[in-house]
Amino acid sequence: MINPREYIEPGSSWPLGHAVPDQPATHTVKLNINGQDVHLKIEPWVSLLDALREYIGLTGTKKGCDHGQCGACTVLVDGKRINSCLTLAVMKQGCEITTIEGLAKGDELHPMQEAFVEHDAYQCGYCTPGQICSAIGLINEGIANTRDEISELMSGNICRCGAYPHILDAIEQVKGVAGHE
Amino acid sequence: MSLLQKLGVSAENLAPEITGKYIGKPISRVDGRAKVTGNAKYAAEFNIGTGILYGYVISSPIAKGKITAVNARQALSQKGVLNVFTHENVPGLAWFDRSYQDQDAPPGGSPFRPLQSDEILFSQQPIALVIAETFELARYASTLVHFEYEVKEELNVGLELNLYKAKKPKKHRFPVPKPRGDAEKALAGSVVKIEEAYYHGYEHHNPMEMFASTVIYGDDDRLTIYDKTQGVLNSQSYVKSVFGLSEDEARVISPFMGGGFGAGLRPQYQLYMAVLASLELKRSVKVVLTRQQMFSFGHRPATLQKISLGASAEGKLQAVINRCYSETSTFEEYTENVVNWSGQMYQCDNVMLDHKLVPLDLFTPLDMRAPGGVTGMYALEVAIDELAVKAGIDPLEFRLLNYAEKDQNLDKPFSSKELRECYRQGAERFGWNKRNPEAGATLEGNNLVGWGVATGCWEANQMPSRAKAMLSADGKLTVSSATADIGTGTYTVMTQVAAETLGVAMEDVLFKLGDSVLPMSPLQGGSWTMATVGSAVKLVCDQLKAKLFKMAKKVENSPFGNSKEEDVVFADRCISLKEDAQQYLTFTEIMRKSKVNYIEEDTTSLPNMLEQNEYSRFTHSAVFVEVKVDQDLGTVHVSRVVNAVAAGRIINTKTSRSQVLGGIVWGISMALHEDTVMDDNFGRFMNTNLAEYHVPVNADINDIDVIFVEEHDDIVNPLGVKGLGEIGIVGVAAAISNAVYHATGKRVRDLPIQLDKLL
Amino acid sequence: MNKFTYASVSTTDAAIAEMDEHDSPKFIAGGTNLLDLMKVNVENPDHLIDITQIAFNQIEATADGGLRLGALVTNADTAWNEEVEKRYPLLSKAILAGASPQLRNMATNGGNLMQRTRCYYFYDTATPCNKREPGSGCSAIGGYNRILAILGTSEHCIATHPSDMCVALVALGATINITGINGDRTIPITEFHRLPGDRPDLDNTLQAGDIVTSIDLPVQGFEKNYAYLKVRDRASYAFALVSVAAALTLEGNQIKEARLVLGGVAHKPWRSAEAEAALTHQEASVSTFEKAAAIALEGAKGYGDNTFKIELAKRAIVRALKQAAGLEEQA
Repeated sequence: MINPREYIEPGSSWPLGHAVPDQPATHTVKLNINGQDVHLKIEPWVSLLDALREYIGLTGTKKGCDHGQCGACTVLVDGKRINSCLTLAVMKQGCEITTIEGLAKGDELHPMQEAFVEHDAYQCGYCTPGQICSAIGLINEGIANTRDEISELMSGNICRCGAYPHILDAIEQVKGVAGHE
Repeated sequence: MSLLQKLGVSAENLAPEITGKYIGKPISRVDGRAKVTGNAKYAAEFNIGTGILYGYVISSPIAKGKITAVNARQALSQKGVLNVFTHENVPGLAWFDRSYQDQDAPPGGSPFRPLQSDEILFSQQPIALVIAETFELARYASTLVHFEYEVKEELNVGLELNLYKAKKPKKHRFPVPKPRGDAEKALAGSVVKIEEAYYHGYEHHNPMEMFASTVIYGDDDRLTIYDKTQGVLNSQSYVKSVFGLSEDEARVISPFMGGGFGAGLRPQYQLYMAVLASLELKRSVKVVLTRQQMFSFGHRPATLQKISLGASAEGKLQAVINRCYSETSTFEEYTENVVNWSGQMYQCDNVMLDHKLVPLDLFTPLDMRAPGGVTGMYALEVAIDELAVKAGIDPLEFRLLNYAEKDQNLDKPFSSKELRECYRQGAERFGWNKRNPEAGATLEGNNLVGWGVATGCWEANQMPSRAKAMLSADGKLTVSSATADIGTGTYTVMTQVAAETLGVAMEDVLFKLGDSVLPMSPLQGGSWTMATVGSAVKLVCDQLKAKLFKMAKKVENSPFGNSKEEDVVFADRCISLKEDAQQYLTFTEIMRKSKVNYIEEDTTSLPNMLEQNEYSRFTHSAVFVEVKVDQDLGTVHVSRVVNAVAAGRIINTKTSRSQVLGGIVWGISMALHEDTVMDDNFGRFMNTNLAEYHVPVNADINDIDVIFVEEHDDIVNPLGVKGLGEIGIVGVAAAISNAVYHATGKRVRDLPIQLDKLL
Repeated sequence: MNKFTYASVSTTDAAIAEMDEHDSPKFIAGGTNLLDLMKVNVENPDHLIDITQIAFNQIEATADGGLRLGALVTNADTAWNEEVEKRYPLLSKAILAGASPQLRNMATNGGNLMQRTRCYYFYDTATPCNKREPGSGCSAIGGYNRILAILGTSEHCIATHPSDMCVALVALGATINITGINGDRTIPITEFHRLPGDRPDLDNTLQAGDIVTSIDLPVQGFEKNYAYLKVRDRASYAFALVSVAAALTLEGNQIKEARLVLGGVAHKPWRSAEAEAALTHQEASVSTFEKAAAIALEGAKGYGDNTFKIELAKRAIVRALKQAAGLEEQA
């Protein structure tokens, strides 16, 4: 819901010279991250992704494009997969956030993590946390059943190394889907 | 079936299978756990929360001209903004071009020097670095720095518009072979011929991780640099020579790299920027590029190839001509091996090859997965398909008819070449013998179905490398080399080789890489890491074995008194006699009894050039593809791929399959998706994001089958491996193009094959 | 991204009051498009008003038997809603053709209406763009325009509206419920988006301070004979080069009523009343569809790189109508 009444005035050009508030107030935000309450004092312009990576030090969630075009930043918010790069941390007050760091129980990997290792469902590993969170989100949704459906609903996560068939193998194993197609 | 029988070599002719406890097995990655838990740390992820400063790069909005004024006042007035570096305030750095020439720099050029001049040489040129206490603030302040420009109007972009400027490079990294026979005359006399031009545009590597450097400024004024690179030593030597630092003053570390594909073969400018700011401010600084800025440096060059082929009525190749034009920048001459493949792949006595460069107002191109190979093989393999169609011969049979038994470019035999077997096994798995010879004749619903084949080829090189190994008394082995694991599986395969060689469990081996304090290793590229570093790891472990055995013989009551190394077996952390396994000493016993806590070896592995130079050394593949083309809408879907690869010994069948699979996905991407689009008016790439620069998503990839054809090669290196980083992609785009032709009867000669080209 | 202040509100009154207190405020809900544009300095609000706590989060029946989609219901929840799937499968299909699962979990129905163009030049502040900077010129005309508009363009702008959902909403005859300083009002979706004309900076007809509260779907859902066909450069997670929403009511083989709307070809979802008229009371056959396709593209203008869209759109229309009429299966 964007208000259309304002636009950059004619004549203004790069770089931008419009008025902006000098010091935006910081906000105190409580996020529940991987089962732990985290209180953050941050400015509203901090994305959830940057809050995790730069302010909390949870660098498992990756920045691949910062524009919602690759899926590397996928985390689960209240069980649903979202792009943390296009989310302001202040808007997630009180939410339960699960990142890649929150999936294993101690030394015991989450079955999806196990399956990714077993099926070599990665190469460089940079898209992997996002793929795994997305795959868990997909299973939570309970909609995709066939390999083709999983493939379509995993298409928000780009893997430049091209591990897609192995990613599907891993997810199918966890879902217990038999056979291909 | 007659065709398959013609394919020759049968399985019986091959040497017995090579396996070991670890080598040749489908072993899961040793760094897998780190990658699936988020513990693997990439360049931008070190020292969080330690007051590190953030740098944000400002990119030029113009493509050519001069900066006439800079005003950073408004940016600097922001609380928390520490500095804005531009050409006006950057200190004097190294003077000579050679100081800026890294290991992958084109020979003889003037590498781009960020922030050292008011000249704008290409769009998105980095023109300033804003340093602030937070990322958000640095990004914001970057919008407050005001520049004025004098724009130069005469912009040279667009390869085809500037062909008249084409010139021979002063020094080609891959010298083009002299003509053999008389290609023009042979072409004129050929009964069957084609003369066509093949083109692909700009492509950018776009690894998932954006380029990043974190420079930690130490109390002792020394820098620890976490850099995204395919070679820590390359980054280190660049930083040393540009900033006048000693080895101790700049340590470069890169334990994980979120994809390289060639982009990390040269130090990217964020490294320069971060080091510059860190040294000037005496603070730790991190600079991460944006996705848009990932389009601001090297790329696969736009390339045009004009190919003429001639054959006899029976389909014997009589003439090959390839005149190639590719772009370079105005300040460096980037060359890659595009045309040589045309003189090597098929038996032909009349060949004329030529490669010219067209300088454009862009950044210098950069090696990108199978550089030159995918380009040259794409054009050649489509041209061969066209010629086969004209000759009325099955395209696979046509390739067999003209099979090169030796490398005519070099006039040398191949060290090994199981390409025939690739054709045979690939064709069988794919079901090629059921192919309808008619193009445009198979319709399934709305889809035209087509099958295509193409050949792949890549160099099998070995480079010099060092490695170090240390075996401690508790039986733990640490092996190290300053190589990289850009997703290729280096950690895992080196661990396998070390464990296998020394007879210890993989769990007892730690392989270290990605640190400039480790023994020298070349850039990770060119598909040579397994051959190069693997050979060094094997050699150093062999030397460690010899040392340990020597010690074992000297211990009191040694069972090995007069034995020689060939009389014993190293297994399960023990040395035992081959003839009597009960006679053994554990590694721990040997060292305890010799009163040492560890033994160590450090060695240099050099390729046996004398022997290797007698041969032409290449990896080969045969790619079979099925496409479905919507007859009304033109959308192309690759429904099936079989890629049969002969790449020498396979160390790890699991990670190797992944590498080839990834290469095939890249081939699909090159054939159907990837294209960086230039606005000729602005000289600026326009689709500089992952929403509009298309690479395949999960739904684009279907059934892919990888076959490793057995191949034995004692020449290429002591391990008999040939490397897999590139071969998977080569040939795929051609096979898809050929399949699209077979499906539709339409020949598209420029990539990517987007639907509008088929309407 | 510039500095901005932030406030979260839970009522429309509070939202409107917040609007008044700032120079260039914006509402934010899913944020998927707004934050993207703020990061490239195309949108530069000084204040963000988080409206996600306002209770526009229901999908419920309307008094006349239609369905009301709350503006803050996510695209995913809308697409997978049982009623929507059953009664308005065209809408489900269109939503699921757009973006990615993650984005659909974030993006809201209201926000989907407000999506801005994906024109390369609009996104790149280094180039002139009349939509971003009125009067600066259109770089796409005479530039690279493969993804841009062929219908309803002006000499000032050839941007397209990128939504899939809106294409289906236009086909279904949705109405938009709006509240604002001047009270509540309801407008047909066809009057919501606009053509660029000489004001390409305006994407739609909303006034300052207006908030979309919900979208109403009429009773007629075309659940038997519908198709949403999206043609794009890769199999998923890509914007449409051309998309078609086709909805029919059939009596035997006779078309009683037809809706035909194109996406990816104009500054708004492009409904062709003429093409619909050419389909109505005709036999559902390929030749009827081809005639309608030709009529729908009358007046289309190519700009070079995008000229292929004219032919592509015709073929896509025929395909979508065949699918809607049950002459062939929908992929």
